[in-house]
Order: sequence, then C-alpha cells, then structure tokens
Amino acid sequence: MHELLPGPDQIYADVAIAEIPAIAASLLAQSGVRLVTVFAEDRIAPEGVFYIYYVFERRGDAGYLILRAPIPASDPRFPSLAPTLPSVNWQEREIQDWFGIEAEGHPNPRRVALHDHWPDVHPLRKDFPIDTVLPPFTGEQHVYRPTLGEGVFQVPVGPVHAGIIEPGHFNFAVAGEPILYLQLRMFYKHKGAEKLFEQFPIPKCVFLAESVSGDSAFSHGTAFCQAVERAGGVEVPERAEVMRTILLELERIYNHVADIGAIAMDVGFVIANAHAGRVREMVLGINEELTGNRLLRGMICVGGVRRDWSAPQLDALSNAIDNVEREFRSLVALLQSSDSTRDRLERTGFLLPEKARALGIVGVGGRASGIDLDVRRDHPYAAYRHLSSWHRHSCLCVPVYQDGDVLSRMQVRMDEVLESVAIVRAAADNLPGGPYRVPVTAIEPDRCALSAVEGWRGEIVYWVRTGPANRIERCKVKDPSINNWPALVEAVQGNIIADFPVINKSFNLSYSGTDR
Amino acid sequence: MFKILEKTLKAGIVTTPYPNGEAKISAHGRGMPEFDLRNWADARPAADACPSGAIAVSDSGNSRRVTIDYGRCILCGECAAADPTVRMTQKFDSAAAHREDLVSIAEYTLNSRGTHERLDAIQQAGRKLHLEIHRVLGRSLAIREVDAGSCNGCELEIIALNNPLYDIERFGIHFVASPRHADMLLVTGPVTRNMEMALRKTYDATPDPKVVVAVGACGISGGLFGTNYATCGGVDRVLPVDVYIPGCPPRPEALLHGILMALGRLP
Repeated sequence: MHELLPGPDQIYADVAIAEIPAIAASLLAQSGVRLVTVFAEDRIAPEGVFYIYYVFERRGDAGYLILRAPIPASDPRFPSLAPTLPSVNWQEREIQDWFGIEAEGHPNPRRVALHDHWPDVHPLRKDFPIDTVLPPFTGEQHVYRPTLGEGVFQVPVGPVHAGIIEPGHFNFAVAGEPILYLQLRMFYKHKGAEKLFEQFPIPKCVFLAESVSGDSAFSHGTAFCQAVERAGGVEVPERAEVMRTILLELERIYNHVADIGAIAMDVGFVIANAHAGRVREMVLGINEELTGNRLLRGMICVGGVRRDWSAPQLDALSNAIDNVEREFRSLVALLQSSDSTRDRLERTGFLLPEKARALGIVGVGGRASGIDLDVRRDHPYAAYRHLSSWHRHSCLCVPVYQDGDVLSRMQVRMDEVLESVAIVRAAADNLPGGPYRVPVTAIEPDRCALSAVEGWRGEIVYWVRTGPANRIERCKVKDPSINNWPALVEAVQGNIIADFPVINKSFNLSYSGTDR
Repeated sequence: MFKILEKTLKAGIVTTPYPNGEAKISAHGRGMPEFDLRNWADARPAADACPSGAIAVSDSGNSRRVTIDYGRCILCGECAAADPTVRMTQKFDSAAAHREDLVSIAEYTLNSRGTHERLDAIQQAGRKLHLEIHRVLGRSLAIREVDAGSCNGCELEIIALNNPLYDIERFGIHFVASPRHADMLLVTGPVTRNMEMALRKTYDATPDPKVVVAVGACGISGGLFGTNYATCGGVDRVLPVDVYIPGCPPRPEALLHGILMALGRLP
C-alpha cells in the first residue's frame, strides 16, 4: 500500500474489520487518544472491497494513525463503535446511508444522511451516477420518539426557522417551560458535496470546498488544498503559508465577533449586537481588500494563494487590525459591564466536561467544557509552527474553561479573537518575500492524504484519494459540527425553550457543513 | 446606561449612503466580470478556467456560440486571470426579473486557428427590470428568508442587511419570523431534495400577493452543485421566481439593489 504513505506523520495500518472494536478500545483506553473520524470508500471496481478508515490522534503527538479495514462487497457490514463512542453515531449512519454498509449493533441505526422517505439508494457507491433523478419521495416520514407523560408536550420547530438561519428540525419535549429532551433532524441541506468532489478536476474542487460551509470558506478551502498538496508532494511557499495563516485568523475573528454579538442579541442586548455588526464589517472590509471577497472566497488554491499583496494592502491590514482590536476591546467592556447579560448567560446551557469528553466534542464548545484541543497547536499547519519564533509569541494560547455554559463559550470566543489579532499582527510583521504560489502540475493518481485545519468552529478534516486526469477519487469532509450536535442536545436539557436560541447560537454549528 | 449612550454617540452614523450615494467597495473587490464581446479574440481560455460553467463555448463547423451566464458566476476571477481581455469589475447591481436577462450570447465566425474571425450576432445581458410589484405592496415590505440548501454564505450577507451599515429597516423593510406575515420570500439554494417540500409549504403559507426572489448563483442556477441526486437546482425549478440576484454570495448592496428594484424604489 505504498500509495497510502504520503509522509511519516500519517501512519496507515491494515486491520481486519472484526478486530476494530478491540483495537479501538485499547487505543482509546490510553490517555489522550481520540477517534478523529470514521469514513468509508468504495473500492469495489479496482479491489473488490469497501474500505472503512478510522483516524486516531494522541495528545502531544503531531501524527495521525489511520486504520484501514476492508469490507467485502458480498457482505457489507461493520461493527458499530457508537454504543461506547457517541461521537461516531452519525458518521457511522452516514456510511450506512451513503454506501449501504450496515453498522452492526448501532444503538439507533435509522436513516440520518438520507431522509427516511428516500428510496433505497446508496449515492456514494461508484455505480450510482450523480445525476440520477430520483422520483418524488413516497416513503414514510421520520417518526420521532413519542413524548409521553402528563403535562408533557411536543414542540416541533423547523426546518424553516423564525430567524435568518439554516434549516434543521428540532423536536422539543417540554414539561411546562423546561426542556426534557431534544430530538434533532439534520441533513435538510444535503446536496451531494462528497460525491461532487469525485466529478470535478482538482482546481474546480477548491471552489466546491469553499462552498461546503460558507462561513468557513477559507478554512475548508485550506483543508482541501493541504490534503491535495500533501498527496501530490507540493511544497507551498513560505509567503503563502503566512498569508494563509493571516486569512484563517481573519475568518475566525469575523465569525467570533458576529457570534458574540448574536449571543448578546439573543438575551436582548441589541446595542451590543449593533456594535458587533460594525466590528464584523471592519473585518469583512479588510477581507475584501486582501482577497477581493468579503467572505475570503476565491483566494486559496493548490500550491499557495491566488493573489499577492502589495504594500498598501498590508498597510490597510495593519490599520484595520488596530481598529478592530480597539473596537473589539470596547465591545467586550460593554458586554462585561452588563450584569443582566451576564446573569442570562451564566449557568445557561450547561455542558459538563465529562459529558463533553464522552460525546467527543471539539472546537469552541469543547474548549468551554474543558476539552483542550486545537489543531493549530496539536498538528501545526500553514505558518502556525513558526508562532514560537515570532516576536512576543511564546506559543499558541488555547483558552480552556471548565464551566461549560453559554458564558464560557462566549468567553472562549473573546479570548480567541484577541489571540487571533496577535497572530495576524505577528504574521504580518514576519511575512517573508518570495513567491506566493507554485505552479502545480496534475497530481498523480491513487495518492491519499489527510489534512486538518482548526476552523473557527473547530477541527475540519479532509481526506482525499486522487484519481486519474487530475481528479479526486474520494473526498471525505468532516466539519466539526457533525461531532458537536449531541452537545446541543445535552446542553438544552432543563433549560427553558426561550433560552434555546442563545444556547444554539453559543455553539453556532454549521448545518451545511453537517449535511454537505 | 450612559456608557452605552456614549459609545453609540462616539460611533456616529456608519450607514452606507447606497442607494442614494455610491457604495463603498475596495478597489480589490470582485464584482461581475466584463467581457468585450465585440473584440474578443478567443473565448476558450476563459471558458476552460471558469469553475461554475458560467462561460460556455459551443462550436459547430466554423461558427462558435459563447454564452455568459451571470446567474452562474461565482465572482472568482479565474476568467480574468486566464484571459487578460476579461476584466473584473466592482459591478454588483445585476439583479434581473427574467432568467434570460442574466445571459449574454455572442456568435462568432472562426478562423483556421479556432479563434474569432468576426462577431456575427450579440445579445447583451441586463435588460431593465420592469416590475410593478410596488403598486400592490405599497411602501412597507415584510421579508421571510428561506434557506433551501445554501452553504450559509448568502445568509451571512442577508443577516448583514440588518446591521448598522446596511440597515434595511430605514426603507421600511423588515424580516419576519413567519411566511404568514411575509410579502416576499428571499430564497437561497440550491433547493435540496430534502428542502423541496418545506419550500413549497412555505410558499403556500405566504399570502398573496407575494414576490419570490432567488438569491445567489446557487439560488439562481444551482451554482457549483447544479442538479444532482440530492438537489433540484435553482429556486425556479420549484417556485415561480420574480427577481434574480446574482453573486456568490451577493454583497449586501447587491441584495438591497435587487429588493429595492423589485419594489420600484431605486432612486
């Protein structure tokens, strides 16, 4: 399996599928080991099997261990890890739906990625043409767990919500005001993205990656490009690495600022949101100045970035980042001066650290509940490995809180914005000269590589296998949201429905990134 | 309380003068590309570079038909990078009432090298939007936003309409929580198979008279996602659409332009 060896820090091992539960259990019993993602690949035509991949990481180790288990086409099933590992619940069901490989022993093996009323199709199988036009769906609709008990009511919300947000269905069971439990139904936005990657030439796939989750366009684009670069042995120039770092942090800043404003808005502090909107626009303005697009689209490419920066552009960045920091600090002071805001956010939407660990929560939601993970520090990419050598930056400061309430999640964002401001400044001061892009020829087929980026929500993982004619044979996309929805289910329990919007906003997960 | 007032007074008025004045856009900002169809030597490099199929070339014999569909354009600038005669502009006010108004078509006779010998026929995009919706809807407008499958990029820019810079409420336009209160559905796409029914139900729940606006390359044409096993394509595959606002995503000024144009309220 030489084609699977892109470098020393991504180690592949072939194992029999029957051994997976025991191996996973022994790995996960070790301190600091977690299962990053699980996904499948159809290799029936060339090799006669499906593969299921299990990606592990260990705290303090920059590498990934990737276990690969063949599944015979004649007997498509695999043992589910979900009974002991809730974080793979949806990912295993995705494999069931998309590949038709049964997750044996899954605690809730119902459809997730294709809705219940879909016909029996498995779109990520290679023999399923992407342009298949399915007839109008006539199957049975999803049946929610019944809500029983005297005075217990069911409150269905969505998929079209009251605010300007993405579609999903929330089914609350309430006893009076407090929420007893929440059932989620996602994948309303499933638009065949992973299958589409297999149709396009690699340069076009970059734009598709930007459209997986529009608020993380640059992070997703970078994660995809890094995977391809790794597969093809492309060396990205230093200047481009630093430019990418700056843009990744600008993406974090504009989203975190917007979320902080929206959290304030959801507890009635409208003026704070207006100021946050103003600060966010300052960042979007500099995004446009640097990349030509407010949301950083059309900038990332395989081999570097598409456009260089002139001295006036860098001056504009330097000015903007000073203004953003000043205005942001003033916004934080405004929020912290409001006792009533604090009162609403404190002890609202609890996610206990032990629950967060059991559920495999990542990103902002994880760090607010004691989960000390950050891809920038744990698996450095772009220019993050240089942070320690840059002036004033001893290492990346990763804020971790133990309280797990909405206030902590807001606090993580506040800390991270200031850290990002410092990184942008240090990166701009240390921007090396030289080329911003290297020419990239067609990537050799059958090269596999994994790439991870700490998007503003958390860990974004891409895994690619290249195909003939500079195409992608398989692209797995894992947005942090898919890990984190169970955190929302946990955090809303016992809270009142009126607080659901602010709890939901404090996680602010991507529906599109989940559904793809 | 005084601190809040002080901060607000210090911030001053930040609202854009658009549409009564110029929109403030960075010189590096990318709006719609501009093609010199009359003097275009070869459309193929730009068409090859276009990731979304907005520029299409079809040859038959020694004639070539070039189609430029602004409804598919994602403003990436790859055509301009591949062909120096294509220029990215800051133009954002491209909303149209008819799908065909977003399409330019040029027909060329080819020479032996496969490049354009001469222009035979031309049809330029961008006829004037001629709607009379404002007569029935009056001066106030309630919008229900429906995300029917977008990447969330369009939603970010739609949400920005409510911030102090764009402040859509200064026009008496506001976003409402239910289609039952709405005059306009602002729909992003591509419409997924899983959202198709919800979108239809939302439309049915909206009282007449009503206006449907399709937002962004995906809402207009399906964009990069096109039509596949999981998507129906653009909004007009599911609902009758009154106005199309191109972009990926359309910037807030483009959204303002499209919405105000639909109401006949552009200065």
